[in-house]
Amino acid sequence: MTTPSTRQGFLRRRIPATGFWSWITTVDHKRIAKFYGYTGFTFFIVGGLEALLLRLQLARPENAFVTPAEYNTLFTMHGTTMIFLVVMPIAAAFMNYLLPLMLGARDVAFPRLNALGYWFFLGGGVVLYSSFILASTGAPIGGFLPESVSRLGSAANGGWFMYPPNSGPQFSPGSVIDFWLVGIGLAGVGSLVSSVNLLTTIFNLRAKGMTLLRMPVFVWMSMVVNFLLLFSIPIITVAIFMLIFDRQFGTQFFEASGGGDPVLYQHLFWLFGHPEVYILILPTMGIVSEVLPVFSRKPLFGYAAIVFAGIAIGFLGFGVWAHHMFSSGIGPIAQVAFGLSTMTIAVPTGIKVFNWIATMWGGKLRFTAPMLFAVGFVAMFTIGGLSGVTHSVVPADWQQTDTYYIVAHFHYVLFGGSMFGIFAGLYYWFPKLTGRMYHERLAKFHFWTMMIGFNLTFGPMHWLGLQGMVRRTYTYDADLGLAFWNLMSTIGSFLIAVSVLAFMANWIDSRRRGELAPMDPWDARTLEWSIPSPPPEYNFGELPTVKSLDDFWYRKYTEDDEGRPVRRPEADALLAELEATHAHPKHRPHLPAASVFPPLAGLSALLFAFGILYHSTGLGLALILVGGVALLASLVSWGQEPVEEEV
Amino acid sequence: MDSFKPAGPQAQRIYDLSTPVFIIAGIIFVLVEAAVVYASLKFRDRGDAEDPKQIHGNNRLEVLWTIIPALILLGVAIPTVKAVADLTTRPENGLQVEVTGHQWWFEYTYPDQAITTANVLVIPAATPIDLVMTSADVVHSFWVPRLAGKRDVIPGQTTFLKLEADEPGEYWGQCAEFCGLSHAKMRIRVQVLTQIDFDAWALAQQQPAFEPTAGSTAAEGKDLFLGRGCVACHTIQGVSDIAATPAPDLTHLASRNVIAGASLDFTQADLHEWLADPPFVKPGSYMPNLGLTSEQIDTLIAYLEILK
Repeated sequence: MTTPSTRQGFLRRRIPATGFWSWITTVDHKRIAKFYGYTGFTFFIVGGLEALLLRLQLARPENAFVTPAEYNTLFTMHGTTMIFLVVMPIAAAFMNYLLPLMLGARDVAFPRLNALGYWFFLGGGVVLYSSFILASTGAPIGGFLPESVSRLGSAANGGWFMYPPNSGPQFSPGSVIDFWLVGIGLAGVGSLVSSVNLLTTIFNLRAKGMTLLRMPVFVWMSMVVNFLLLFSIPIITVAIFMLIFDRQFGTQFFEASGGGDPVLYQHLFWLFGHPEVYILILPTMGIVSEVLPVFSRKPLFGYAAIVFAGIAIGFLGFGVWAHHMFSSGIGPIAQVAFGLSTMTIAVPTGIKVFNWIATMWGGKLRFTAPMLFAVGFVAMFTIGGLSGVTHSVVPADWQQTDTYYIVAHFHYVLFGGSMFGIFAGLYYWFPKLTGRMYHERLAKFHFWTMMIGFNLTFGPMHWLGLQGMVRRTYTYDADLGLAFWNLMSTIGSFLIAVSVLAFMANWIDSRRRGELAPMDPWDARTLEWSIPSPPPEYNFGELPTVKSLDDFWYRKYTEDDEGRPVRRPEADALLAELEATHAHPKHRPHLPAASVFPPLAGLSALLFAFGILYHSTGLGLALILVGGVALLASLVSWGQEPVEEEV
Repeated sequence: MDSFKPAGPQAQRIYDLSTPVFIIAGIIFVLVEAAVVYASLKFRDRGDAEDPKQIHGNNRLEVLWTIIPALILLGVAIPTVKAVADLTTRPENGLQVEVTGHQWWFEYTYPDQAITTANVLVIPAATPIDLVMTSADVVHSFWVPRLAGKRDVIPGQTTFLKLEADEPGEYWGQCAEFCGLSHAKMRIRVQVLTQIDFDAWALAQQQPAFEPTAGSTAAEGKDLFLGRGCVACHTIQGVSDIAATPAPDLTHLASRNVIAGASLDFTQADLHEWLADPPFVKPGSYMPNLGLTSEQIDTLIAYLEILK
């Protein structure tokens, strides 16, 4: 391929088609999805290692495996990593990869914006983790550190919720909190632009005939998630800016002695933080809603109910934030109101769970790895959902909040739910992504060790919490009777680690040596299975037309008088024809050209972010200047880029 | 520390409210999981079955499993609302105690009795206690699981917590909101006395500190206390009076059975450990390591032990 190089605007454009630079400058949604996926999984390993260190510290009472400063950093970074750098980007990977394929589109609506979203997210991760090398904690004014804080303790230590005044300038004078704030802010910009892009994609790039109620449930859930991102990311951004201003420029938004209000931060944080919970779980609810019907050989039970339940969860998700603050400074009326609104969320959630079970009911269930993880999701998420309902009983929550009972609850939702759903999706779409099959036996080993390890790790935490074990404590007394279940929990966490190793081995080996996968290995229902595996760069050689929900299935199957599916005689010929059409289109489809400006803008923003962190030094001011000018230049050049490449 | 063993009406009320909720949740849990397991076993593809009937949904069923959970939740909501109303009402004729959260210890002031103490909250049994709480630094949370739920302690705000203990005894608690480096060591001890014992305790607390006899080791210890700067932060009534102290009032230190944010006991060994290096015992501690020799520490302890 040629490497056209033209001068356009301020900067020179080079658009290589293969090799390293073709990946850096790519705007292909499938490549960007891989970026998100591999980056997210790398952080999953890092966050998992942090968790193992935490569990080692808690394996015995009064243990001294890590120092208190290290422990506080580890739990802060574990939570921050798993939420912002693992589940969110991996969900973004699924949405990026699948939305165009499921909608019958050649790419997303704004391919360059899509790339920009990734680079901003990556920049946020870099800032957060550079903290371990660059930042310092510093003792609070008048306080004394027991020893110099190691590098392992040199990242944010205020908890992922980062409540002031503890995270404010007086009690956290070092730079670790600033690194956290700037990193999260930067990653947030990425999520925001990505949500605009994906929403536009869903609304504007649907295949001919694909009305909203013919969209796969995964697309629906992605839509809800991106609306949640669009409305909630600005709120956390405001809170972050206010806290940065308090820390750096002497404002007193959250400083009580200056007339500020620390509880205001809590409201802002959770007004983002609760929708965030649904941002983490809804994509995987979408994945499970795709996997269960395929491996039950039945359509999804109550498609419309599941879709509208998802929308309801999205709406209600903005009206329950103060249930994170039942023991905080809010009055009884507010407590009751938020308790009741929280209870209502159980209704649409219940609808989903019951409809999933009804989908399985009477089906013909094939327990492949994706199905195992999807059923595991339903079983584990139910536990997290039920413990969630017990929090809505406000006085009960006064006992439960800030204890290990909560830790158990949200790990059942975010690990037993989100992560199980993610693994279901990774195995399910592995053949589409790579063109090869994974090793089924190893995948089943992965499932069962993870299932047992997960329950051994987090099940006992329910009990520990109700027994009085408080969260975020680096030690606990021997005479409280908490030792046994803490040790079990630690053992369980290492079982999870074993299961993750099995997954990695499977992934790496199957990519190279797995059996070649056909176009439609699962006899599936949605459009991504009607194109070759892996999909060509342009996805569809000819854009599809859709006549019903699960259109691809109904092109393969009709129903007999009893309502049982009967494979159409022409189905095999149809598949062969589709494969040929999409692999060798008559006209080579036009694709958006690669662009160097999204990564350039991302890099400039990263320099700018470091400039903010060092704004009191000459280097910092230089970085702000260079980064700012470069960011502006790349955006202007971006605007002047030709839409299509002349070849 | 066990929320399953309530020892007062407030904790009991929460226990009585949450127990049926746990039972209902438990029943739903068993039913749902049983359905998942049953479906997984019963409908597993054994290779011989024909493809299943294609059922797209069932409006009646779906309405049913929308309405039934809603009704169950309504049943849970009504007692919840009532319990919130009852538990957040401040007691009218109880004992008022002002609680101030510090990094990392709780200070207790009894306005009617003019008593200030720390680490141990002493209350009479069978009397409603009206805790009026605020924080001197960051957000803390006051939690004694066997007596009541938790309530945050917030700088610039006043929060209230009602609690009551049925019987004399000792109850453990801990700060529940992450409050910095030594959050794990910010413990709470509640000592519940009979009304007679409480009155005697209050009378004793209102006296000035005991004076050591001249020439004793305790007297040397007092000189150390005055000479090594302890008085800069700690009040001892009659010895040093600082209006607002950043550190616990030590006037009747020896009447308390815990020190250092209730993380150590009032024993010679623990006192020695604490005084030798406070920031080591409680990381980030605002009490510095004064570099005392072991003999000096013993001398100081001799003084502290007479402060009954």
